[in-house]
Formats: sequence, C-alpha cells, structure tokens
Amino acid sequence: MGSVEPLLHFRHVSREYGEGDGLVRALDDVDLEIRHGEFVAITGASGSGKSTAVSILGCLDLPTRGDYLIEGHAVQSLRPEVLAALRNAKFGFIFQSYNLLPRTSALDNVALPLLYAGVGANEREERALEALVTVGLGTRSDARPNQLSGGQQQRVAIARALVNHPEVILADEPTGNLDSRTSTEIMHLISSLNTERGITVVMVTHDAKCAEYARRQLVFRDGKILSDQVSNGAGATVRA
Amino acid sequence: MNARSTATVAMAALLRNRLRSLLTVLGVVIGVAAVLTMEALGQGATAYIGSTISGMGSNMLMIVPGSPSHRMGGGATGAPLFTLADVESLRNARDVGLLSSVSQRSLRVVAGGLNRTTLVSGTSPEYLDIRSWGVTRGRRLTREDERQAAQVCLIGQTVKNALFSDAEPLGAELRVHGVSCRVVGELEAKGASAFGMDQDDVVFMPFTTFTRRITGSDRVALVVVSATEPDRIDDARDHLQAILRARRHVLPGEEDDFAVRDPREIQAVLDQVTGVLTLFLLGVAGISLLVGGIGIMNIMLVSVTERTREIGVRLAVGARAGDILTQFLVEAMVLSAVGGVVGIGLGLVGGWGLARALSLPFVVPVSAVPVAFGVSLLVGVLFGVFPARKAARLNPLAALRFE
Ligand SMILES: Nc1ncnc2c1ncn2[C@@H]1O[C@H](COP(=O)(O)OP(=O)(O)OP(=O)(O)O)[C@@H](O)[C@H]1O
Ligand SMILES: [Mg+2]
Repeated sequence: MGSVEPLLHFRHVSREYGEGDGLVRALDDVDLEIRHGEFVAITGASGSGKSTAVSILGCLDLPTRGDYLIEGHAVQSLRPEVLAALRNAKFGFIFQSYNLLPRTSALDNVALPLLYAGVGANEREERALEALVTVGLGTRSDARPNQLSGGQQQRVAIARALVNHPEVILADEPTGNLDSRTSTEIMHLISSLNTERGITVVMVTHDAKCAEYARRQLVFRDGKILSDQVSNGAGATVRA
Repeated sequence: MNARSTATVAMAALLRNRLRSLLTVLGVVIGVAAVLTMEALGQGATAYIGSTISGMGSNMLMIVPGSPSHRMGGGATGAPLFTLADVESLRNARDVGLLSSVSQRSLRVVAGGLNRTTLVSGTSPEYLDIRSWGVTRGRRLTREDERQAAQVCLIGQTVKNALFSDAEPLGAELRVHGVSCRVVGELEAKGASAFGMDQDDVVFMPFTTFTRRITGSDRVALVVVSATEPDRIDDARDHLQAILRARRHVLPGEEDDFAVRDPREIQAVLDQVTGVLTLFLLGVAGISLLVGGIGIMNIMLVSVTERTREIGVRLAVGARAGDILTQFLVEAMVLSAVGGVVGIGLGLVGGWGLARALSLPFVVPVSAVPVAFGVSLLVGVLFGVFPARKAARLNPLAALRFE
C-alpha cells in the first residue's frame, strides 16, 4: 500500500558538527523512510540525534552527507526559496519551548505562516481563528503569549503548525515543558490530527506514555536508529 | 509578503520600543532640522535682500570717486570729487536715462520746539524717479526748485513722526543746519535698507539749495543714474566709465579713480556669504546624518541580535531570506523616515522662530522638504542594509536555538 516514493526519505544521512578532534556526528549514516499518514515517535537518550533528525526532516537544516528526499526530490538540490516554501506549506513545527513571538497576539502568531504564504489580511484572520478554534482557544485570540499558560501556548503553537494545512507535523518534545494532565490533552490533540486529518506526524519525546500514541516508534542512540517498531494495538512488531 | 504587511510588521516592532526608537533617530532629526532651518533662513534672507535691493530702484547705478577696488563707499581715498561739468557730460552718456547728483550730510533739523539729527540730501528732481520713490502727500522737487535753489524740502516718514507728530507738516518751516526750508512733500515709507539703515529718516532738498546754502561747495560726491533698460545696465556702465576716464585723465592701463557701482553687486556679496553659511550648515547636517545613520545601524544590529529567535521562528514557518531582509530594511527606513518627519517639523518651527527673531520673512523651503525626507529615507537604506543582511543570512536552526 502507499505510493512508491516514501514521503520523507533519509538515505545514508549524516550530520556532523565541527571538525578534527572536535567532530561530533549528530546523525551517523541513517536510513529512514516515512510514508504518508504515519505517526512516528522518536525516543532515545539525550544527545542521540533526535532533534537533529527532525530539523533535517523539516528543512531547517541540511545533511552534511547522504541524501534527504522529499517525495523523491533531493533537498540539497533545492533553492533556499523552495526550502522556505516547503517549510511554509508542507511542514508544521511544534517546539518544546513553543517559540511564539512575544508581545504578539495568539491570532497574529497563528497567522504568521499565512503572511509568508501571501494570504490576504482578511483570510489570514479567518483561517487563524479557525485554527485557534480547532485547538480550543477560539476565545483567547487576543491574548499574548505571556497571558497564556504553558499548555495554552503549546495549543497556539499547534494552531500555527496547522493553519497552512501541512502534510507533515514535526514536533520536538511538544510536552516536554508540561505537566502530565496537560501533556495528555496535547497528545490527544496531536494524535487526532493524525487520525482525523491524516496528517503525517513525527514526534520526538522522552515520555514513554506519549510515545504510545504513535503507531511506529524509533529509538535513537549515538546518531543511529537503534530500533524501529510498529505497534498494532495488540503488540509490537519489530521492523529493524 | 506584501508591502503593507511588511510596513505594519516594521511599525509594530518600532512601537514596541518607542523611547529607544526616538533616541536612535535623534541624529537624523537634528540633521534634517538643520537642513530645513538653514533653507528657511537662507530663502527668507534672500527674499528680504531681494526686496530691499529692488526697492533701491530698478536699473540704478551709483558713481562715486575713489578706486573701485575699495569695496562699498570708500571715500577717503584722496580722489577728487566730480565737478558739475563732469555730471553734465554723464547726463548725455548713451544708455543712461535719468541722472541725479547727490550730496549728503548728517545734520540737525529743527521744527517747532523739536529737533533731530538726520540724513539730509541735496538731490536733482530725477532722484525719486531713479529710486522709484513716491511722495504720499504734497509734491516732489521740481526743475524750478532746482534752478532757483528754492528753500523747500521733502521729509521721510521717520522725520515726520519725530518732528510733526500731530502738526501738519506740509507748508511748515523746517530749519536745516540753520537754513529755513518749507516742507512741500512727504516721502513714501521705504523701511530699512539691506544693511538695516532706516531709509525714512531723511530730508531731501534741491541739490543747488544744499550746495549753495549748506555745504558751500558744488563738488559732487555721488551721482545716481538709471539705465534706459534693464539689459542696458552693463553698457551704461561702460559708457559712464569711458567718459569719466577721459574727463579725469585716467591713463590707459591705470585703474579708475572712481567707481560705478551696481546694487546687484551687494546681492552677489550677500549671496556669497549665504553660500558659505549654507556649506557650513550642510556640513553640520551631513555629520548629524552620518551619526544618525550609525545610530540606526547600531540599534538595528542590537535588534537583530535580540530578535534572533523571532527570525528563527519566521524562517521556520516559511519566511524567505528576502522577507527577513525587507523586514529589517523597512524597519530601518521607517525609523529614519520618522526621524526625517520629526526633523522637518522641528526645522520649520526653528526656521520660523529664527526668522521672527531676526525679523526676516519666513519662507517655507518647499523644495527642501521632499529632499530632506528623501535623504532621511536614504540614510535608513544605507545604514539598514548591513544589519538586514545579517538577519537574512541567519541559519533557521541556529537562529531558533539562539539563547
Ligand atoms: N550546533 C551544534 N554544534 C555542535 N554540536 C551540536 C550542535 N547541535 C547539536 N550538536 C550535537 O549533536 C548531537 C545531537 O544533538 P541533538 O540536539 O540532535 O540531540 P537530541 O537527541 O535532540 O538530545 P535531547 O534529547 O537532549 O534534545 C549532540 O551531541 C549535540 O551536542
Ligand atoms: Mg532534542
């Protein structure tokens, strides 16, 4: 099932920092295929390369070796403007620290991707409000980040990730700063995006409970994928 | 991202730091204000000088004894005064229309119980025509007065007010240096001259009366003529010069021992002074704008560093490097344009205030306003490019992780 080309495809991807004695291999010859509609959780020790992998998946960073292909197109060969357009339309990011613009209303924060998509002011506002309603913050559209709780800020960030109808949501420890009850709420929201809207989700987490929401679990160690399992509700099938 | 949302984003960013933004553009404000004040003053002074010089009479030339290299007036150069015969020969010079001998002294004049020291001139009847000067009441001096050396005079408005506050001056007796004269006319008010002299503090009498009764000498220290047409002024000057050189036996190659002066020369000298002043103020403005520009660059660099994460977020949600570049460039331009507008306002107020203080007319330097605004925008672009490029070149991931 699925298309021939994977949606996201790492082929021998390495990402190195520094050189000589100080060389750090954040990703070390990683192969990975992610298909449309998957919900992938990435776990692993600190420093194992999870964030690096997600950043490269989202075109925020490029591999230093190997190929990253999006629907068969090598990302390294794309012009910066095309990468920007991909970040704008294909991917939605959710960060551990929310990364909302300070002193800017929830509505304007959510509308930001639409600004760069060239959407007119009225439609921006409409669609941003719609996204805020989806995450349950329709009444707080005027609030600024410092007037919102952590959980609410993360909901605004999710609305921002959603607003331009991305195919893929990339979340780097989205519940890392939240208590367990709020985490559960956020995880429900994220998993509903996958199940109800068919959005592909790739999520880094340290929390085993959060990882259980995903059907496929990757474990990273030292820049490599240690295990890649698909759980089918009943049990886990080992793939790698 | 379109122009309007870019400007809105830039404006919002600047308003967040109102005080800092204002302090930053102070240099631009001062630079632009200096330019405008200077322009307003310069144009006011030019207008004023222009109007007073044209008030001296059109096509006028003045002939005085003494070498022309002694600027303005001269006098004590030992050159002989003109004779009546000299003057008569000048009257027939080509391109010369009207001519008047003038002899002047500062003298005490008395009317009733009041007295005043004023400038008394003996003039030919043509004098008022040459200077396009009229009488408001009474009559002018005539050829008849001249021929008879009649004891009559005209008085300026200042003299009238000082000596005849309530009384009727026409027909009244005025004693000039002990010589009794009848006031036959009141001169039109003329105001201050280009050098600030009160031109209404004067008494005119026939040249013959003045030389015979008061000075006792018929030598002439000043001849005033008018050229027939404005474009004949230079020719008239040449002819006057040729005649006088011959009559005064100036050898070829030798310098004139008299000077034919054109009031427009005063304009040229004053223009020169204004020019130097303008250059100086332009220098001040340039330095202020440079300092202002560096201030803008500095604050924009600070802003780029402060907002590195914001830039990271914008890049992560799809901003192109070009969007970031425009955003910061527009911010710098809005900043300096605001400085420009404030500076223009301040400069106009300053120019108005100075013009009032110096009792010059206030002229809005219309052409300088768009130039000043353009220059302030240019400062924003020039000094905004470097910080904006720095922002646009940030790597999205590094910017997001920036602490
Ligand atoms: N800009 C950088 N310069 C140098 N080394 C870096 C840089 N970014 C990441 N690294 C290194 O790359 C490795 C992987 O980092 P990464 O952030 O991907 O880990 P992670 O799995 O997300 O860890 P955590 O769970 O703590 O977030 C680490 O050893 C880190 O020190
Ligand atoms: Mg990480």
